[in-house]
Amino acid sequence: MADHPRVIVVGGGLAGLAATVRVAEAGVPVDLFSMVPVKRSHSVCAQGGINACNTVARQQGYSEWQHMDETLLGGDFLNHQPPVFEMTHWAPKIIDLLDRMGVPFNRTKEGFRDLRLFGGSIFKRTHFAGASTGQQLLYALDEQTRRYEAEGKVNKHEFWEFLWPVIDDNGHCKGIVAQDMRTMEMKALRADAVVMATGGCGMLYGKSTMSVICTGGAASRCYQAGAWLGNPEMIQVHPTAIPGEDKCRLMSESARGEGGRVWVPRKKGDDRKPADIPEDERWYFLEEKYPKYGNLVPRDIATREIFFVCQDGYGISGGNMVYLDITHLPMETKNKLAAILEIYEKFTGDDPRFTPMKIFPAVHYSMGGLYSTYTAVDDARGMVSGAHNNMMTNIPGLYAFGEVNYAYHGATRLGANALLSCIFDGLFCGLSVANYVRDGVAHEQSAGQAPDSLFQKYVDQEQAKVERLIANDGQNNPYEIWREMGEEMIASATVVKTEDRLNQAYTKINELKEQFKSIKLSDTGTWTNQNLSFSRAVGDMLKYAETILAGSIARKESRGSHYRLDYPKRIDDPFHKTTLVKYNAAEDKPEITWEDIPLPLVPLRDRSYGKVEAAAEKDEKKEEATSV
Amino acid sequence: MIASSPPKTFILKIKRSLGEGKPSHWESFEVPIRPSMNIISALQYVAANPVTTDGKNVEPVVWDAGCLEEVCGACTMVINGHVRQSCSCLVAENLQDGNTITLEPMSKFPVVRDLWVDRQRMFDNLKKIHGWVPIDGTHDLGAGPTETQEEQEQRYAYSRCMTCGCCLEACPQFTKDNDFKGAQVFAQIEYFNSHATGKELAAERLDVIMEPGGITDCGNSQNCVKVCPKELPLLDAIASLGRKTTVHAVKRFFSGKK
Repeated sequence: MADHPRVIVVGGGLAGLAATVRVAEAGVPVDLFSMVPVKRSHSVCAQGGINACNTVARQQGYSEWQHMDETLLGGDFLNHQPPVFEMTHWAPKIIDLLDRMGVPFNRTKEGFRDLRLFGGSIFKRTHFAGASTGQQLLYALDEQTRRYEAEGKVNKHEFWEFLWPVIDDNGHCKGIVAQDMRTMEMKALRADAVVMATGGCGMLYGKSTMSVICTGGAASRCYQAGAWLGNPEMIQVHPTAIPGEDKCRLMSESARGEGGRVWVPRKKGDDRKPADIPEDERWYFLEEKYPKYGNLVPRDIATREIFFVCQDGYGISGGNMVYLDITHLPMETKNKLAAILEIYEKFTGDDPRFTPMKIFPAVHYSMGGLYSTYTAVDDARGMVSGAHNNMMTNIPGLYAFGEVNYAYHGATRLGANALLSCIFDGLFCGLSVANYVRDGVAHEQSAGQAPDSLFQKYVDQEQAKVERLIANDGQNNPYEIWREMGEEMIASATVVKTEDRLNQAYTKINELKEQFKSIKLSDTGTWTNQNLSFSRAVGDMLKYAETILAGSIARKESRGSHYRLDYPKRIDDPFHKTTLVKYNAAEDKPEITWEDIPLPLVPLRDRSYGKVEAAAEKDEKKEEATSV
Repeated sequence: MIASSPPKTFILKIKRSLGEGKPSHWESFEVPIRPSMNIISALQYVAANPVTTDGKNVEPVVWDAGCLEEVCGACTMVINGHVRQSCSCLVAENLQDGNTITLEPMSKFPVVRDLWVDRQRMFDNLKKIHGWVPIDGTHDLGAGPTETQEEQEQRYAYSRCMTCGCCLEACPQFTKDNDFKGAQVFAQIEYFNSHATGKELAAERLDVIMEPGGITDCGNSQNCVKVCPKELPLLDAIASLGRKTTVHAVKRFFSGKK
């Protein structure tokens, strides 16, 4: 094999495609692996928009610094500051680039890019293309990738599933083992660097807003191969989704950004049609509790408020639903939201332009994921451009980009920051990948020089796993194990958590791991065996679920999306730290250590978003102080 | 009128095969109906309980799926004879003869297995038509061209194409064996050619659809526009390209190119 540096990118969503484009542009050939044609990746589901400081907001007093500050406050200071500084300062350039790529961003009357309001900010700083922004951005990057593919610089492997990273005796990543989901052919492919851009893990919750491919299986396999996880307990539950049989469909934050209001009847169990409930008998609880941000408080806060309102019996007809109402908005605004309103109508039969939508929170995003490193510039205001280790995991040569990377969002991700972090990783850290493979610094041997036996060892390992699964003649149905895992995870590790319930879930997941050892596949064939692929992923999902629970148990405080009823306050000492999870292979269990998070730019502060009770309490204290 | 109580189960009748050119057969599965159930949740039930109405244990049905909210295009199939996405197809609204729904793979693409088909041809065609905006590179070079709201709305309508293939399945001209490009490609050419920078490759794109399998092969049945789940203005694209290729042909003639 010729000894030119090569890069493998696993995953063809925004992060994977941005990385592919950037690495190919730098002149390094890319092998791009994806379980689906990349144009069908989960990024298409992102609806609302992408944040960046812009000319209009800047003239109203907004800045990249403030975007960074919002992102850190939103994340409850669990995010590292230099990467967030760099990302938010790159954001305007990323919008310009996407604009040049032809993304049909909405326009103002004068032809400039239009903006909308989004959660966690009082400035309009969100760029959008209708209500299908993720789809539009993904398509633009898909097109640029196709251009490089046509030039022979990118080689796509679609319908291939990542199985394991190839790690040599020095602990360096030298390629991957993957399997064709149609022919079931398995092979190892060499590369001097591997970028994991494999997204979130919503499927281990059974139902979420994520696509069926978002199992977290790839992240779990890297974890089992020695990559560390950071903050896996930080799972975002989106406040507004349409509950469904097969999945919970997202109802974008843009519905609230454009003026949508969340409410319930003031009278418990009020069975009147929403239109028949007069204004003064409606409880706009988010606006009442958070006068400054109203319906646009960060997601974890909105989610908890909706959850508690329903727990208190105020949900629609006493159930687990609240209204998200856009019926009062002008038709022009409703048209901007057409893509998401159509989805609601198709799946529920009600037209949300005239009837308030019924929504409930659903698992939506993994802030945590593969642990990654970076090189900060001297004054911590950003990362060193092209430094080899930017968003590299603890395994040299193995990178983590996009949702699978734990770096940017801390304990809660702000709306419209995901698209940004994915594309930023690809573009900014893509250069790091290209430099790493070209400089060859850390390579005792290049991937091309590594012995065949290294790759064969890993293919054999994966082949043996498949044979075990197929030969297994147990009594357990993998779908049933998956269903039970989902129910257990939803009940224990979503909106509110307690020690007892988490411990119970931890025991249950370990029981399911035992049961998994004696499953029976309903398809043992060697052609397009989805049953095998799914079952294998269930085993890996269980191990990832275990880390979410272990992190949730260990973090005895509340921070962002992680809300412990038994520890309802943020406790900075000792928990202002990253939860580092390492796999103990001998005992097949997660081990937790903690890593300090430096605060070079913004000091810790309270995260109340002007909640009125909190403000009232403060005023009382002030009065006490002055009266003394 | 007396309302009859809704059925508790229904029959999912599925056309199965082990791949292109292999014999196909039908199998039926009884599935419990749940409120607001779609075809995907019915298929998930079958995957977990692969037992036919004859009580036979079979290999679980294979199908392609992704987002389940009609935006990725993956789960397209032929349901009761009509091509559409199976995620947005609700069971209760589509029961035939009271309790049956039939599923078949799309017929215009090679079958991988059961309901899963290989739509690579659509992506290959995007490569042939230079389906991208030829930017100078990813470096920071300022904003893109401004455009009016009207221009944005027109382009947005085309950019929602999710490469699902409904238009091609419904097209009498598009077959497995010919090289007709079809509405998907025509719409994308119109999309890229209406962007200020995308236009740079307009001539190359028009060249592609002036070859055999191009725009003149369109039989104008207008089936494509009826089945497009995202309501793309496909007929506008076809009409517009018809005019533009004529002009382009005249220009080519006078410039001495063939």
